Amino acid sequence: MQALFSQLLVGLINGSFYALLSLGLAIIFGLLNVINFAHGALYTCGAFAAWLLLEYAGVGYWPALVLAPLLVGLLGVAIERTMLRRLYRVDPLYGLLLTFGVALILQGAFSLRFGSSGQPYQIPAALQGSVDLGFMVLPYYRAWVVVCSVAVCAAVWWQIERTRLGALLRAATENPTLVRAFGVNVPRMITLTYGLGVGLAALAGVLAAPIYSVRPLMGADQIIVVFAVVVIGGMGSIFGSIVSGFALGLVEGMTRVVYPEGSDTVVFVLMALVLIFKPAGLFGKAA
Amino acid sequence: MERWLRGWQPFALLLAALVVAPFLVYPVFLMKALCFALFACAFNLLLGQVGLLSFGHAMFFGVAAYAAADLAKEWGLGTLPSVLLATLLSAVLGLVVGAIAIRRQGIYFAMITLGLAQMAYFLCLRAEPLTGGENGVQAVPRGTLFFGQVDLNGNLAMYFFVLAVFLAGFGVIARATHSPFGAVLRAIREHEPRATSLGYEVNRFKLVAFVLSAALTGLAGATKAFVFQLASLTDAHWQTSGEVVLMTLLGGMGRTYGPIFGAFLIIALESYLADFGGWVTVLRGVIFVVCVLAFRQGIAGTAVAWLRSKSLER
Amino acid sequence: MKTKLMLVVMLAAVGCKKEEAASTTAPAAAAKKSVKIGVLTDMSGLYADLAGPGSVEAAKMAVEDFGGKLGDLPIEVVSADHQNKPDIGSNLARQWMDVDGVDVIVDVPTSSVALAVSELVKQKDKVFLASGPGSTDLTGKACSPNTVHWAYDTYALANGTGKAVVQAGGDTWFFLTADYAFGQALERDTSAVVTATGGKVLGSVKHPLNASDFSSFLLQAQSSKAKIIGLANAGGDTINAIKAAHEFGLTKGGQQKLAGLLVFITDIHALGLETAQGLNLTTAYYWDRDDQTRAFAKRFAPKVKDHMPTMVQGGVYASVLHYLKARQALGAGNTSGAAIVAKMRELPSQDPIFGAGTIRADGRHVHKMYLYEVKAPADSKGPWDYYKLVREIPAEEAFLPLEKSVCSLVKK
Repeated sequence: MQALFSQLLVGLINGSFYALLSLGLAIIFGLLNVINFAHGALYTCGAFAAWLLLEYAGVGYWPALVLAPLLVGLLGVAIERTMLRRLYRVDPLYGLLLTFGVALILQGAFSLRFGSSGQPYQIPAALQGSVDLGFMVLPYYRAWVVVCSVAVCAAVWWQIERTRLGALLRAATENPTLVRAFGVNVPRMITLTYGLGVGLAALAGVLAAPIYSVRPLMGADQIIVVFAVVVIGGMGSIFGSIVSGFALGLVEGMTRVVYPEGSDTVVFVLMALVLIFKPAGLFGKAA
Repeated sequence: MERWLRGWQPFALLLAALVVAPFLVYPVFLMKALCFALFACAFNLLLGQVGLLSFGHAMFFGVAAYAAADLAKEWGLGTLPSVLLATLLSAVLGLVVGAIAIRRQGIYFAMITLGLAQMAYFLCLRAEPLTGGENGVQAVPRGTLFFGQVDLNGNLAMYFFVLAVFLAGFGVIARATHSPFGAVLRAIREHEPRATSLGYEVNRFKLVAFVLSAALTGLAGATKAFVFQLASLTDAHWQTSGEVVLMTLLGGMGRTYGPIFGAFLIIALESYLADFGGWVTVLRGVIFVVCVLAFRQGIAGTAVAWLRSKSLER
Repeated sequence: MKTKLMLVVMLAAVGCKKEEAASTTAPAAAAKKSVKIGVLTDMSGLYADLAGPGSVEAAKMAVEDFGGKLGDLPIEVVSADHQNKPDIGSNLARQWMDVDGVDVIVDVPTSSVALAVSELVKQKDKVFLASGPGSTDLTGKACSPNTVHWAYDTYALANGTGKAVVQAGGDTWFFLTADYAFGQALERDTSAVVTATGGKVLGSVKHPLNASDFSSFLLQAQSSKAKIIGLANAGGDTINAIKAAHEFGLTKGGQQKLAGLLVFITDIHALGLETAQGLNLTTAYYWDRDDQTRAFAKRFAPKVKDHMPTMVQGGVYASVLHYLKARQALGAGNTSGAAIVAKMRELPSQDPIFGAGTIRADGRHVHKMYLYEVKAPADSKGPWDYYKLVREIPAEEAFLPLEKSVCSLVKK
């Protein structure tokens, strides 16, 4: 029983990353109709940005939590402006291929500069140490990850679903021409949305830096799992992706107790099942 | 122009080049390029003709490679029977995967194939008795052909076997493309509802195309296992799926000969840059980006367009 | 269509005949212009620090110390990155031997690549000097007359660390194993030693190679209540596991200890003494052991970012030197790999890395091994002063006894 609780808690921590990443992905897909293959690489960028800020500018973890997503978000804006924008009129598959190419460039560049082994990044002093919960020892930092992720996801969800800005975003997805007719600068909104999605990925990267090693390939395998999460949740659903992210973390945790060998494939099995029985995803609208 | 391309002359030219090549260039490099060329052409059948982008074709490539390697090494089956059985297995896998994936289109289809391929990858990693895990299946015997008459250990003999396999596979693809079946596929790609309204069972056509593509991909993978006498996890990794997309994109999607050029070019590039491992990834990314933004027709497409404009000038 | 098919078949037949002709004339036609040493290693991945560019430098140092020439032929060192993938590694090895005239391949960390290369080298009758990999299969069921396994193997490590730790009281074990050939071999060999010495193995869990998050695996290790958590992995995986164990407070309170079954000095350097102190590890080479090892390290360090050499890099140096000596004794004309290795077996080896050593019939290079413990920060006098000697293991004890070998070359 103890084993189950501890694995579930560890699973929840992993789920926090899935949730943050799939949220960013869902936002980008919802508004731009682009599958951002570069999401994993941008997550890696976030982690490296935090590391570089510390190494070369002496900027610590707490400012990096804000700075790194901003910087990487700007990179995202640049990508959208210069490259993605040209592909909106063409088959969305090209957008996927473009972001795949961008991912390769970023990944390759990091590998060249930093090699494959990780760069060390310390847990910030305020969060070091751990608390003994009885069934396991929980490091403070990992608890922080869960708290931060839940807070950010909730804030973003609320912003999109419950505020006027969010309403404008959703309207622009459905009918950009009409929204433009109302005087709203739709292209700028799209750019900023992409930036926001990318920023979320980078934030996940900064959160990951102290506990997963900062490696060029850290996003590469993570991204495919995140895709599966988004498919399970429903491709355009913000809420769906957040919930599925956390839920998947828990399911993986349970699998590790019951059948450890299957823990890396369980997400794909789930994805296949969802596709057979509810193709639009658990929370998605029917296509 | 189009009619000339569909005729036998370009095929003869290609054939002549491929027959002479091994005497000028390192045969193992050529064999690798041919296997990937077949892989790319099979992939292109799905992408160019039906418009379905599969990001998981490496699963067929890898599973077939493992199957052929095991059949030859552990079960002592001959080279040709192993390759054929592996191709059959690939077709069956294609049927299963296709049945699930066909339900969705466009980006969803790509995501589904990616997810299923990743699952296949992990299964390959775990199934150690069959796949050797991280080691892969090593020391696969090259074997012989025609009941021991031709020893495939020599690079040249192996090359002509691979060439024959490539030509056979390519022949099937070319035939499927330039046929009523191919025309229906293209109709589905251009406007699926219209094709349905014309009475075609669209899903069935898509599934057949998928199975055919999977089978021929498996053929390429099985042959590759014998060329390198090794089947490893890289064959089933999603990076390999990405690579074949790149080859097709660069060579020209939807063109019959395009993927061949794309494959040769990419393999040559990787070979040349082998010492600079890190640069290869970056370069692949750059080619992707450039092709998508400015070079969507690929080499073959651009060449044909240029030739066509020349003939119009006259 | 039919004529084309016949054309292809005819050409193929002609081609095959030509191939037979070509292969018989090849050795005479290939006028050797130089002796080429190929350092096939991991340049940018998990093992780049313990092998990688350092191994290339070590090979060059050996060539320099030998005199730079074998008779009239200059000696060249080439290198390539196998990225820890067996297919890339075997392709590079194949091309090197077929096209580039490489005579001997050295290093090759990552056992799966080494096994593939060993097979290829046997086919082409060249030489493979393996200092990087750890799998005992290289001198066991996959042994070859063309391969010599230097530096270490999983048995030597298991024997050193396993036995000593059990004898010191760590008699219940739980393994955290990297899920590939090397990790599994390490677990297998160490389990055998632990059980033979009177300890018990309570369980194990396998993690994927290059795993970034060890928390769930460590939790399982913790819940097993084993006194010793054996880390059957290497490089970045070991580092991450030790870091995570520290983070989760696994070793606080002293109820559980970590045993690193394959740890290099570069790993300790990356971890820092604070996290790594008290760790027991076995190695064949420590730079501060005696005057000879210190002299070698002093020459090596400035070439490789002031890192001290690891036993893998030292192994590259020693193996290349011995190879060149053997070839000289054999005469420049004989290029058969098996013959060169036979000569290497005949001659005893002597170098500043391993001291005196011999090569057995199964290809195993046998030398002393050493058990060290990582110092506490207070005891260290400066960077790289990390180890204190616990025990010297004589050569006859360190490696798998020849009688127990499953190699087909060993006459029973």
